[in-house]
Amino acid sequence: MAEAAQMKVSDEVAITIQNMNKWYGTFHVLRDIDLTVYRGERIVICGPSGSGKSTLIRCINALEEHQAGSIEVDGTLLSSDLKNIDKIRSEVGMCFQHFNLFPHLTILENCTLAPIWVRKIPKKEAEETAMHFLEKVKIPDQAGKYPGQLSGGQQQRVAIARSLCMRPRIMLFDEPTSALDPEMIKEVLDTMIELAEEGMTMLCVTHEMGFARQVANRVIFMDAGQIVEQNEPEAFFNNPQSDRTKLFLSQILGH
Amino acid sequence: MTDTNVSFVRHEQIPPSPPPPSQSGAIKWARENLFSNWINSVLTVLALYFIIRLVMGATPWFINGVWDADSIRECRDILTAAGKETGACFAVLVDRWDHLLFGFKYPQDAYWRPTLAFILLIAAAMPALFYMYVPRKFLLGTAAYPFLAYWLIWGGSLWVPIVVAAAIIATGLVFRLVESLNVSTRTLLAGAVGILAAIGLAYLLFLGAQELRFIAGSIGSEGLRIIPFLLFWAASIFTYVFFIPMGIFVGYAIYDDAERGGLVTVVTALLAIYVMLVYLLGPVSSGLNAVIPLELQAVPSRDMGGYMLSLILGTVCVSLSIPLGILLALGRQSNMPLIKGVCVVFIEFIRGVPLITLLFVANVMLAYFMPPQSNFDLILRVIIMITMFSSAYIAEVIRGGLAALPKGQYEAADSLGLNYTQATRLIILPQALKISIPGIVNVAVGLFKDTTLVSVISMFDIVGMIRGPIQQSTDWISIYWEVYLFAALVFFIVCYGISQYSQWLERQLATDHR
Ligand SMILES: Nc1ncnc2c1ncn2[C@@H]1O[C@H](COP(=O)(O)OP(=O)(O)O)[C@@H](O)[C@H]1O
Ligand SMILES: [Mg+2]
Repeated sequence: MAEAAQMKVSDEVAITIQNMNKWYGTFHVLRDIDLTVYRGERIVICGPSGSGKSTLIRCINALEEHQAGSIEVDGTLLSSDLKNIDKIRSEVGMCFQHFNLFPHLTILENCTLAPIWVRKIPKKEAEETAMHFLEKVKIPDQAGKYPGQLSGGQQQRVAIARSLCMRPRIMLFDEPTSALDPEMIKEVLDTMIELAEEGMTMLCVTHEMGFARQVANRVIFMDAGQIVEQNEPEAFFNNPQSDRTKLFLSQILGH
Repeated sequence: MTDTNVSFVRHEQIPPSPPPPSQSGAIKWARENLFSNWINSVLTVLALYFIIRLVMGATPWFINGVWDADSIRECRDILTAAGKETGACFAVLVDRWDHLLFGFKYPQDAYWRPTLAFILLIAAAMPALFYMYVPRKFLLGTAAYPFLAYWLIWGGSLWVPIVVAAAIIATGLVFRLVESLNVSTRTLLAGAVGILAAIGLAYLLFLGAQELRFIAGSIGSEGLRIIPFLLFWAASIFTYVFFIPMGIFVGYAIYDDAERGGLVTVVTALLAIYVMLVYLLGPVSSGLNAVIPLELQAVPSRDMGGYMLSLILGTVCVSLSIPLGILLALGRQSNMPLIKGVCVVFIEFIRGVPLITLLFVANVMLAYFMPPQSNFDLILRVIIMITMFSSAYIAEVIRGGLAALPKGQYEAADSLGLNYTQATRLIILPQALKISIPGIVNVAVGLFKDTTLVSVISMFDIVGMIRGPIQQSTDWISIYWEVYLFAALVFFIVCYGISQYSQWLERQLATDHR
């Protein structure tokens, strides 16, 4: 097991999800989700398409509303109250499959916008922080360009830097590499591994099983809106318990 | 069977080479674009024929043009005396130059005022139009311009626009203040404002109901009267039954929303500006004027005319209808059913009605609804109508821009913790407006030309001047081409300018290199 996975996970709780249910109209997307995430934990969520992985992590920062059960992030209960939502969102960073950079702003402006307007940090300071994180994702020289001028891998790294500029305590990733060409996947994964090594609490929806083995301390398998199986990566991959997990793993690892 | 060797390895890079020289030259161009096949050739020849005919016909008319004459008869005499068959009477432009520009009633010794206002307009527009090159503090000048221009064109006391500007600034301060209150104070304030708004709204609706009864009384001939009467009584009773619950509902909504602060801040600010404009504006400005008189000869709205009136209507309506259109488009997307409903009904209603009807309503109907002694300015009425009309169209254009934005942009903004106002202002609108520029400009240019419709409600804009005082004067009776060409020219200059600017702006904003 790689060194990242051995890093100490504290027993401080970062996210508690209890008995959470969500419907789209009459369609029951998430069913009785129970999940506790400890600070410093790195969780990989996988499962077939349409199983509700994105919906689950989008509920955590209230991009989607849940209808039953509770979600508590950093001790703040998620309700329809706008204030709590803002508080939680400013502590939870999120990276999307399609990066969702702001195309009308430069890379630097993408990174400084939220710190300036949400955290009320002076522009100068925000720019210094942004350059710090852009250096971390290894593209400080692109700061003046617009997102449309960058490759996919570079854009995703900017998206990660943009989230980090808000100094989040938890990072959510929704298939960050699945819109990328193979040769760009590595550069993004490397950035994420580095982040994991620094002890960031991470929830990643991904099918990069190499990444899961190297970084995760827990792998969660979802199917049909439920958590079917969760385990440490070694046990999960070598000794899956449920038939659905076995089938899924044979499909993605099998060929 | 196969001789071909599928194995291939390249050992040398092919060096880059320049593209083949593009074939150019006038003859080649003409052959490709004008005479590429026989249909094209025939069309080219036909088009050439018509162009030559047109130019040959029009040139002597222009060249022989008479610039110095006092009437159309004198002009024709000059042409006959010179033995010319055809010729334009541009003398009308010289003779009626002032009227074409300012209308026939604007005091002559005050012509410098609208002229100065026009020059300042260009200066004041610069910081807004070229915001990427002009420092932001110059926008203060742009913001001050409307007040100065109002004073220059309409005259009267300078204190009136100054006090109005002060009231607007004070309203902004009230807004900030309420926003910064802590929650418990704001809840108290929301309670007070809620009660006030409830009473005010109930009273307004009550007045509306009275009005309905008044109209019911004045409509219809004796025999047919019963139908409108019944209708309007039904409407009145409906209003009476609903005004108190409506008031209570709105009052409660304001109170209930106190914690989030949106409604309290807006309603308090609205109340503040209402009080200031209704109760303070008159006494304060006349008091200040008594101490320091800053007065220009006042010119009433009915004396405005000519191209000046077209420009006033065009500038004011364009600059009001873009923000209003943005609000309507955002409102139409709102999750709140009431706001969404109001915006949808407004947009659909206005779009379904011809502008000319709205102008007639402005001219005739609005006067009915106003208390008899109130003298609700005609230009203001027309501005309200044209602005409503074009803002409905602009709203739909912007809605298209909003719909074109990927959902991910909203989600990214949300996930970074930006609130609705910030996300809208910083992320959504800049992109949506950029997409909407061609559509907005289309509406703006159309609106500017549509201002000439006011000539049918007896306002003397440039077309109204031509159709009325110029063509019907004994001196210039039945003059036609010269004046309308002039009107077309002045409109073309502005519209072409707007179009060129918008294309330049689109190029400036092109950042997504896809
Ligand atoms: N906005 C929506 N409205 C209705 N159904 C949705 C919506 N978003 C997702 N779904 C449905 O919910 C299910 C779970 O979606 P999602 O969480 O995106 O799955 P995953 O990310 O695991 O592929 C899918 O069947 C999808 O069709
Ligand atoms: Mg998904």
